Amino acid sequence: MQVTRDFSHYVRAAGEGIKHIDLAVEGVHCAGCMAKIERGLSAIPDVTLARVNLTDRRVALEWKAGTLDPARFIDRLEELGYKAYPYETESAEEAEVAESRFLLRCLGVAAFATMNVMMLSIPVWSGNVSDMLPEQRDFFHWLSALIALPAAAYAGQPFFRSAWRALSNKTTNMDVPISIGVCLALGMSVVETIHHAEHAYFDAAIMLLTFLLVGRFLDQNMRRRTRAVAGNLAALKAETAAKFIGADEISQVPVAAIHPGDIVLLRPGERCAVDGTVIEGRSEIDQSLITGETLYVTAEQGTPVYAGSMNISGTLRVRVSAASEATLLAEITRLLDHALAARSRYMRLADRASRLYAPVVHATALITILGWVVAGASWHDAIVTGVAVLIITCPCALGLAIPTVQTVAAGAMFKSGVLLNAGDAIERLAEADHIIFDKTGTLTLPHLEVTNAADIPADVFELAGRLALSSHHPVAAAVAQAAGAKSPIVGAVEEAGQGVRATVDGVELRLGRPSFCGAEALVGLTDDLDPEASIVAFSKGSEKFILSVRQGLRPDAQAVITALKARNIGIEILSGDREPAVIAAAHALGIPEWRAGVTPADKIARIEELKRRGTKVLMVGDGMNDAPSLAAAHVSMSPISAAHLSQATADLVFLGRPLAPVVAAIDASRKALHLMRQNLWLAIGYNVLAVPVAISGIVTPLIAAAAMSGSSILVMLNSLRARNTSREIG
Amino acid sequence: MEILVILVPLALMLGGAGLVAFLWSLKSGQYDDLDGAAWRAIADDEPPQETPASR
Repeated sequence: MQVTRDFSHYVRAAGEGIKHIDLAVEGVHCAGCMAKIERGLSAIPDVTLARVNLTDRRVALEWKAGTLDPARFIDRLEELGYKAYPYETESAEEAEVAESRFLLRCLGVAAFATMNVMMLSIPVWSGNVSDMLPEQRDFFHWLSALIALPAAAYAGQPFFRSAWRALSNKTTNMDVPISIGVCLALGMSVVETIHHAEHAYFDAAIMLLTFLLVGRFLDQNMRRRTRAVAGNLAALKAETAAKFIGADEISQVPVAAIHPGDIVLLRPGERCAVDGTVIEGRSEIDQSLITGETLYVTAEQGTPVYAGSMNISGTLRVRVSAASEATLLAEITRLLDHALAARSRYMRLADRASRLYAPVVHATALITILGWVVAGASWHDAIVTGVAVLIITCPCALGLAIPTVQTVAAGAMFKSGVLLNAGDAIERLAEADHIIFDKTGTLTLPHLEVTNAADIPADVFELAGRLALSSHHPVAAAVAQAAGAKSPIVGAVEEAGQGVRATVDGVELRLGRPSFCGAEALVGLTDDLDPEASIVAFSKGSEKFILSVRQGLRPDAQAVITALKARNIGIEILSGDREPAVIAAAHALGIPEWRAGVTPADKIARIEELKRRGTKVLMVGDGMNDAPSLAAAHVSMSPISAAHLSQATADLVFLGRPLAPVVAAIDASRKALHLMRQNLWLAIGYNVLAVPVAISGIVTPLIAAAAMSGSSILVMLNSLRARNTSREIG
Repeated sequence: MEILVILVPLALMLGGAGLVAFLWSLKSGQYDDLDGAAWRAIADDEPPQETPASR
């Protein structure tokens, strides 16, 4: 059926008579793809710009406004071998890009100031021990102030703002000691300069900002990149719907352009993209992604359908009640909000460290000042020493300790097929000691597979596959795919709800319900162990065959379970599906603990129960019914095939058919947490060595600067070790 | 020591020029696709932007 596609929702004007669209493209990996796509798209007349972004895997296209239809670009990319879909930047992503640029700008300014202030400081340091005139030193100090003060005022904004926000909420965070340290150092330096002193601390203050900005930028950039790729994957799931634009005219439009009250057509074999009510037609729908139930549900006039359910047999007209992102049962949303609120109390490692760190540092500085005054030093000298303590204990290594490891570990995880949704997910995943698996779509593959293909002669199976190509039914699609069929049989006729038939060389072929093929007698023989399987019959003349089609386990599920057991992680299955189906999977994998037929509220209750016992739960699930429990668990993972909402809720998303990324992610995160802790101890250890020197009052700015950069560099080098994470299971 | 009057402002100006160049390159989006930029450098030629390829 030829349907018009309407992508006008995504097109925006980019100047005089120029239109712009962003496409998310799948499968772009190298320079070759980049050149091929750019060349291929530029060859279309009227295209003025085709530029591939290899980092985000997107193409920006501009063309002269006119008759050119954006759908043409998608077709062209399809010809070139790439799947593409219009992409709309979410506001959260735009805000992150802006934030990332701002941090980079601050970093540029801070680095510039650091270099120039150091250039002025080194002559002062060497001049102090030789023949520098006091006037020259003052001149250099004033010049340093002139560079450092405005630079710090600009580049320090991310810290000052955050510290102010924390203070006005009557809490503290890492940025409070940073801001106090920087402001005190700068203020003290100005006072010292006015009094023609030998030392000023402009260099230390501005260098501190530079190092901290590096950490802040890395942290931010990791999250931004993950969000960009995750956004692409969401777009590539190509959530469109056939909307009625006239009485009998439909147009394929993106879900974002559908509003409540619209009427959409749901054909057999299509996944529903909206929530709504059936107003016409009768069919069976597969709601496994929503409820975990593998049996089909009958849909007729008045039946509510939810986004994510698959239409099986008949064509339905659906009146939309909710579209785009808001597609869900009110209860799930409510549970979700509740669970998310509960989890936001989790304290990140960096925050915990800084909460301990700040009072200790400030107290040390204060005691130093008081101690020196008591020992008979002047107030001025005591305060100078106190500031030196503050600078040397600067939290810059502490600020780098977590984000550098996070960035490196996120890169390693990305390579083994895991995307991070939350910045602190690594820490939480590393702590997990109990896994709850959902069954449908998580332990099992989301698609159907033929399990007894080996029992059937290859030529017969191939014929069945070719016949199956003429049907929209997902079971038929599974048969066609398993048989590797390419060419459909000419003249095949589909009988709705029954099957497909065709005549080849005078022999009648039938594929469908056992009754349709006259093969009821065979069903009793096979239908014993496999309660989840759908039975399809194939008849060739008088020869009858039975095909058993079911959701297969993920290829390496067994190995993954063994690997998890070896890591002393508790495993259980919580599924909304029927008991026999869950038992089958649990037995096959050797998981003794399972529960079947659980509701979303039950799942949360179970997680809460485990939490009370002090267990840190990792929830792995894909259905919409899992979304609240994903949010309630200590940490959560979803496969990329999961429902939109679950994916958005999960802390990590894994790609591909195997389950192995789950183990890889756990290993990588445990190693990363180990390195984070090591980094924190390194940073603290360095300070412990340097603080006595600072307290003793003999610290020169050179020692302060060396100690500070030394600890930061050590921490960064240590973080690089997070790169080598083994990907093997076992 | 009078040379400082020339050299110090000169050094600052050079550094400032670097900073301005950085801010400009940031603003013009040159850091948006670092992976792509790395490959573009070794590609044979820029693909034609205005007209179809003559080949």
